[in-house]
Amino acid sequence: MKADSAGVLTGSHYLDGDYAAAEGALAAGVQFVAGYPITPSTEVAERISQRFPLIGGFFIQMEDELASMNAILGGSWAGKKTMTVTSGPGFSLMMENLGLGIMLETPCVLVNVQRGGPSTGLPTMVGQADIMQARWGSHGDYEIIALAPSSPQECFDYAIKCFNLSEKYRTPVLLMMDECVGHMTEKVVIPEPDEIEIEPRRYTTKKPGEYLPYEIEEDLVPSMAKAGDGYRYHVTGLTHDERGYPVMTAECQDRTIRRLVDKIRKNADDIIEIEEEQIDDAEVVVVSYGISYRVAQPAVDRARAEGIKVGQMRLITVWPFPERRIRELAARVKAFVVPEINLGQIVLEVERCAAGQAKSILVDHAGGWVHEVDDVFAAIKEAAK
Amino acid sequence: MKFWRTPLDVTKLKIPKGQLFIVKDRCKGCGFCVEYCPKGVLELSPEFNIKGYHPPFPVKEGECVDCELCQTICPEFAIYVVRKEEEDDEEEANQ
Amino acid sequence: MTNTAANKGGAAVQEQAKPLKEHPLEPYLRMDRIPHIWCPTCGIGTAVSCFIQAIIDTGIDPDKLVLVSGIGCTARVPGYLKLDSYHTTHGRAIPFATGLKLANPELEVVVISGDGDLIAIGGNHFIHAARRNMDIKVICVNNFIYGMTGGQVAPTTPLTANCSTTPFGNAETPFSLPYLAASSGATYVARWTALHIRRLTRAMSEILTRRGFSFVEVLAPCSTLYARRNKLGTGLSLMKFYHDNSEIVHGHDVKDLDIGYQSTIKVGKFVDEQKPTHVDNSNIWFSKVFGDKYTWYGPTPPNLDELKKARE
Repeated sequence: MKADSAGVLTGSHYLDGDYAAAEGALAAGVQFVAGYPITPSTEVAERISQRFPLIGGFFIQMEDELASMNAILGGSWAGKKTMTVTSGPGFSLMMENLGLGIMLETPCVLVNVQRGGPSTGLPTMVGQADIMQARWGSHGDYEIIALAPSSPQECFDYAIKCFNLSEKYRTPVLLMMDECVGHMTEKVVIPEPDEIEIEPRRYTTKKPGEYLPYEIEEDLVPSMAKAGDGYRYHVTGLTHDERGYPVMTAECQDRTIRRLVDKIRKNADDIIEIEEEQIDDAEVVVVSYGISYRVAQPAVDRARAEGIKVGQMRLITVWPFPERRIRELAARVKAFVVPEINLGQIVLEVERCAAGQAKSILVDHAGGWVHEVDDVFAAIKEAAK
Repeated sequence: MKFWRTPLDVTKLKIPKGQLFIVKDRCKGCGFCVEYCPKGVLELSPEFNIKGYHPPFPVKEGECVDCELCQTICPEFAIYVVRKEEEDDEEEANQ
Repeated sequence: MTNTAANKGGAAVQEQAKPLKEHPLEPYLRMDRIPHIWCPTCGIGTAVSCFIQAIIDTGIDPDKLVLVSGIGCTARVPGYLKLDSYHTTHGRAIPFATGLKLANPELEVVVISGDGDLIAIGGNHFIHAARRNMDIKVICVNNFIYGMTGGQVAPTTPLTANCSTTPFGNAETPFSLPYLAASSGATYVARWTALHIRRLTRAMSEILTRRGFSFVEVLAPCSTLYARRNKLGTGLSLMKFYHDNSEIVHGHDVKDLDIGYQSTIKVGKFVDEQKPTHVDNSNIWFSKVFGDKYTWYGPTPPNLDELKKARE
């Protein structure tokens, strides 16, 4: 379906990443946002709070991040598209309830504008060190979808993508921005509402009494019902069966948790999005995401100019990780170069998938600034040897 | 019932009567209904239910006034009362 | 209702008379999950009966009634009631309920959870929801202990009581929940014991038909843990204790409602006032700021003019 014009600020704007993400959420139809201020994500919530009153949305600044995460789950069950925004320390606080969102299968979007960590770290400076936490932060087995934009325009576009994926797969989706992209101001073109595709929530067509909240359907995604429609369902964070009732057996755990994980894994081809440049003859592939992609580009151009056969693979969806593509490339390239603003996170995935067939070279950075192009270039040169 | 003076509408008042239903196998023998029935209609029975508890049984069924206290205080939803209509009353009297 | 266990019980009974109808509360219970998990002489079942009776008495639309709970013995209540119900994480029932209510103001949202869940880990959310006068109703079943996890000390456990993590006696002063709720801004505060079934049902009816943050504390016996660890007998002994030691003092000063170990318990309705809710306040303010461009969010409250005056 097409976007509702109420939230779409069509036109050419000069916005920073945070504002663009807020506009993307509004274009996607978000109607309830609960947040807690934390640098550098606060501007997303601020923009939402400015725009909501006249387009019928409701914003509340909750008392902490735990409350924010729970409030958006509740709001989603009441039938609205919901979102919360945070950064590293708040992301850690939201972990338990992100797990609740996954277990209850609640569509919502969590924006993490990453900053230097750990702990309070560098509140106003960039980091990309939450990327593994995005995958493994909550306890238990689960799969997650996480997107990483590299520009304010992409913050807008990927916010919409996040909402669409969360509705399609009935799961929380993470928008892993970073402080650089969030505070970078660039041109953002917002199209007409009928040029924006929105995935509608799949509500059940069954009648109350016949409906089961977690009935297994073909694509492993159950149809949803919302509070107040008379379905009288019960849902719980405990391991549950199709009726939504808690069933404490290993057999039910196997059935339910495997489905939750397979829901993403088996649909990975539909979810994963990567962008490749100059990959066909590449001997070295630079795997990057977020702001590091922007920094890697001049390094790649310089390397190509010197005759090094280097290509780029940009991760639009960081999770689920494009394992198959990395394995394919590993069979024919010499090395992967992974520039990331952390001390080695996605490089571990690359290394795992490459399985020794190609080298995985990390260009690390503890955080606070972006890489020097020279460093990335030097790593590419080294890899090409 | 003792009155300190006779109410003016005493002839118009009808004290209701209740029919007790006890779902014996849900009972967990807590004793709340026995203790708090205002007419003392119930006692814990000497027999066991399926779980091994002693469910209540009415010793003075005719005195139940359908106050529904046992129905609300029972934590197990194991006892409830249905008001006996006047025709049922007469039927019983005639039997 | 074709659950065999329930019917087996029903069928075994009727030497007395043929059943004219089912238990009047059964339409609101998930009979496929009865019998419930609570211990014999636990007071939670009684609180649930009162709640269902209140739903029947008020005639509220059960389709619009939504229950939210956290983790604990009392938090299992929504799982047994045939309403839209959410069993969320420990302490986070109130923000979840806030989200439900703000996203759809037409829902009637009730949080039923225990003292540990709402006041310990959920304490922060409790006071903020009360401060905002969020239009949600909170029923806190207080058994003075953490039941589900085996009897640990709770923020409401009286001084000197024995719990599994205070095996030599509790040395912490407990909260007085009505005081906490009232001082945070709750507009309806009442405390009853599980014995006061009529008044409790009436209190629950009152909160289901009013607007604003409403808090009802239900003191319930915990036989397996609180009573047994402190050698107080069973739940029935605790009920007898409530019978002999509770004092109904409506409107009593909330500062003076502490509960000591096996001491007098003051029960009653302590606060009942009307104030604009969180959504009312937002609406009134945005109407002022944006004038005709603003559309009222949610249903218009019946006493709108009074609320507008209160806001000035």
